[in-house]
Amino acid sequence: MELLNKIFIAPFVDMVAAPDFLMQVLWEGLVSGVLYSLIALGFVLIYRSSRIFNFAQGIMVVFAALTLVGLHEMGVPAWLSVFLTLAVMFGLAVSVERIVLRPLVGQPDIILFMATIGITLFLIGLGEIIFGGENKQMITKELGIPTGSTDFDILGGYVSFQHIDITAVAVAGLLVTSLLLFLNKTRMGRAIRALGDDHQAALSVGISLQTIWILVWFIAGIIALVTGIAWGSRAGVSFALEVIAYKALPVLMLGGLESIQGAIIGGLMIGMLEKMFEIYWGQPILGGNTESWFAYMLALVVLLFRPQGLFGEKIIERV
Amino acid sequence: MSVPAGPYLTEDGRQIGDVLMEMKNITLKFGGVVAIKDISFDIREGEIRAIIGPNGAGKSSMLNVISGFYHPQEGEVWYKGSVRPAMKPFEVARQGVGRTFQNIALFEGMTVLDNVMTGRLTHMHASVWDQAIWWGKAEREEVFNRDQVEKVIDFLEIQAIRKTPVGRLPYGLKKRVELARALAAEPSLLLLDEPMAGMNVEEKEDMSRFILDVNDEFGTTIALIEHDMGVVMDLSDRVVVMDYGKKIGDGTPDEVRNDQAVIDAYLGVPHE
Repeated sequence: MELLNKIFIAPFVDMVAAPDFLMQVLWEGLVSGVLYSLIALGFVLIYRSSRIFNFAQGIMVVFAALTLVGLHEMGVPAWLSVFLTLAVMFGLAVSVERIVLRPLVGQPDIILFMATIGITLFLIGLGEIIFGGENKQMITKELGIPTGSTDFDILGGYVSFQHIDITAVAVAGLLVTSLLLFLNKTRMGRAIRALGDDHQAALSVGISLQTIWILVWFIAGIIALVTGIAWGSRAGVSFALEVIAYKALPVLMLGGLESIQGAIIGGLMIGMLEKMFEIYWGQPILGGNTESWFAYMLALVVLLFRPQGLFGEKIIERV
Repeated sequence: MSVPAGPYLTEDGRQIGDVLMEMKNITLKFGGVVAIKDISFDIREGEIRAIIGPNGAGKSSMLNVISGFYHPQEGEVWYKGSVRPAMKPFEVARQGVGRTFQNIALFEGMTVLDNVMTGRLTHMHASVWDQAIWWGKAEREEVFNRDQVEKVIDFLEIQAIRKTPVGRLPYGLKKRVELARALAAEPSLLLLDEPMAGMNVEEKEDMSRFILDVNDEFGTTIALIEHDMGVVMDLSDRVVVMDYGKKIGDGTPDEVRNDQAVIDAYLGVPHE
């Protein structure tokens, strides 16, 4: 009885009793969710245009953040380091296409997947050699990102919004919107979508695989940098940051590997649900620390009922 | 009755010009398998040129050589009066060679309109930067090309399905969308790989009419592969016949029809 009460009644009573606290929990969840969405978006873009599951997306986040902080430590002004980091990410996109993807064109997907694991290991090594392995502080202030917080006196209590979080959500929203416009409204965007559907057909209308791949990996690099800055400001810049990228995996299972909308909604859902579960169920019943596994659990349950994910293209088999 | 060597008018009044593309002694091997053996033929401006032959004769391989998907070990491809160096398929496409595929290669997740718009990619030149900003050059370009695409869509009578995702269309319509996409690029040479494969009689008639109209209206040079003999003979100005990777006949439909080697290999020996 006690347990049933804790599962089915008490949490909801708490939610209703303290709506300000619920609001706070949802906001925190939303912020994590936005970042999960961003990372998932990086995966989806690369998968859609090349059918490669890019294991290196996580390390790209770390590498971008490290490069940014590292350059600043070497005395480069903050904003200039951002542009230089973007240049580095572009260089990375070109090298990946030249050295890894081009020789492997037409190989089975699993080979390309393995290759991205190789890229991951390489980037870990390279990052450590150049910038060292110790934790670093994200250069939040230098970039002019506000750091205070604003408290709102609503719902019968205080809800506190960190300015960093607000900035992260706003920038992410802007990034996603422009990305969607780019994909849907422009020639290059159309080419990216086309390439994902059919390589041969794409070639026959004059789309260059190489150009598009470089573009897509570069966009993934930009996303990585934004995520790196946002997450780095909250948790510091270290190789442990890579782990948050794996949170994108359940997001992808929920949203489907193909769907941009799926990645966004899936990310937000996981961010908010895992926060709520942790606060209202995890801590009282299971002793906390559920955030590390809840997302995977949720994804498993979803997969049981919808193997293509919540938003994936419906699997129809012709018999 | 063979065709004149220089430019001439066909019986139905279409202008046939000089040689647009010429294949010279093409040999293509996959390992030990010789798919195409020492084949030469030309395609002239404004004509409908057919390549026929039994299964495995090397027709599709030949089309893939023309469109740059395969690279022959020997021989030269001449295009618009000069030798074409080894090129990637997308570069060939940018030179004005459009094509369709035997097993339909469309962008299934995109709408008909978007699919046909991809055909205009070679005509769009706004830089990545322009496109990112969108207003100005990129927008004008998009609007202009959208207009061109609408003309093609009208021409092929697929207005009603413009906004439908291609994946949902029936086979015959998909084939037509593929033709629309190739046509939108305003190709100098249009390659059709079995445009009527798997169609019923009515769909075949429609497709034949469209092919003739395209050739007539835009003066597009067309090279096509087709199994249906009746269709080929009605449509084309000249026919190349292949068998086991070799060319065994080349000429007008009438010439080919009466060629003994062709009859033996492809049409079957008539019973006395």
